[in-house]
Amino acid sequence: MSLPPSSIEHTQKAATPELLICEYCDTVHRRRSLAYGEVARCLRCQAVLERHQRIGVNGMFALVVTVMVVFVQANVWPIITLGFNGEQIRTTLWGIIIMMWKEHSQVVAVLAAGTLFFFPLCKMLTMGWLLAYGRVGRRAPGFGRLMVVMHYINPWTMSEVFVLGVLVSIVKAHLYFDVKPDIGVFAYAALAVLITIFSGIDVRQLWDKIPEQAP
Amino acid sequence: MSALPRAHELGLIGCHICGQVCRDTGIDDAACPRCGAELHRRKPNSCARTWALLIAAFLLYIPANVLPIMRTVSLGDVDDNTILSGVIELWVKGSPDLAVIVFTASIVVPMMKFLVMGTLLLSVHRGTNWARAQRSKLFRLVEFIGYWSMLDVFVVSLLTALVQFGFFSQVEPLPGVVYFGLTVVLTMLASMSFDPRLIWDCKDEDE
Repeated sequence: MSLPPSSIEHTQKAATPELLICEYCDTVHRRRSLAYGEVARCLRCQAVLERHQRIGVNGMFALVVTVMVVFVQANVWPIITLGFNGEQIRTTLWGIIIMMWKEHSQVVAVLAAGTLFFFPLCKMLTMGWLLAYGRVGRRAPGFGRLMVVMHYINPWTMSEVFVLGVLVSIVKAHLYFDVKPDIGVFAYAALAVLITIFSGIDVRQLWDKIPEQAP
Repeated sequence: MSALPRAHELGLIGCHICGQVCRDTGIDDAACPRCGAELHRRKPNSCARTWALLIAAFLLYIPANVLPIMRTVSLGDVDDNTILSGVIELWVKGSPDLAVIVFTASIVVPMMKFLVMGTLLLSVHRGTNWARAQRSKLFRLVEFIGYWSMLDVFVVSLLTALVQFGFFSQVEPLPGVVYFGLTVVLTMLASMSFDPRLIWDCKDEDE
């Protein structure tokens, strides 16, 4: 990756990685190694600075692969089955998105497609790509740029909210119809659990864990 | 210098994207040596951007609540639901505990975001050092729970896709849900553009 000239000088003068700056209040801390389960907090604002990362690059890769498998299941299988007078309707995530588009709520269709399909997909594929190279101690092509992209995508994945939405919908539809959760919802539940595990992992650690090799 | 030095006192900048500690060279468009993103001491135009996004979100939140979000047609009976009437229906007929969750996600969380972000912006403008640790904590809370407001948008989408029995029974989305979805996106953008470091930028009198 090419850097603007001003940063070359920067690189030489870059401060030591023993320092850590709190992203909420800009307080500078000296980094110290954390024991199992320990969390470092900022002394000024109490924000989390760093957590002990019990899952290494290999573990993260395994998790990402698991998430991918579950994500495919969640998208392929119907989520809810609804019966009414002998008729049955089953719907998948894409069925929902297409229906919202047809019902003149294109904005909602785009939001759902982004937050439930495209952003999670991008995040998984990017993580998989970076970690597949990281496992053998190398930085993947485009490492820096992809790490920046991940930072921006991160807040826009909402699969766990969708799981709660499915639950509320089942209860609401149950007032009038015969509703049954379908296979897809179990995949989504598994996905929610995996996402929770993932939320404890700071992706930024890859910068330190996968060092840049000398050209 | 206080016991807890801040980055600018030591001539350092923390990259907002990757967290790298960089020396502040005073060059305006310096880039982070690690990730290549532009380095800022504070997010640029943080207050103006946050105000703009917050006000826009609030303006959209009005039609989101006033207009119905969902139409239920059942044997020719048409029933339009707003966010609040949906919560009430769930409370009365379904399960009160889920009604509480939906009420929290659709009404409490957005209202709290408006109040908290407004308070944070005003207090930053006034440069007060009142309750800084608590304000910082509030910001992190708002940042953390903000996206759960999307719940109602997903519920309307799911019901629309499921209940399609023509004349007998049908659910349609109404414009309210579009406004609500946009409100959530704008409040998320607002909290992202706010720089929590500003809370701590006033002069310390106690240290």
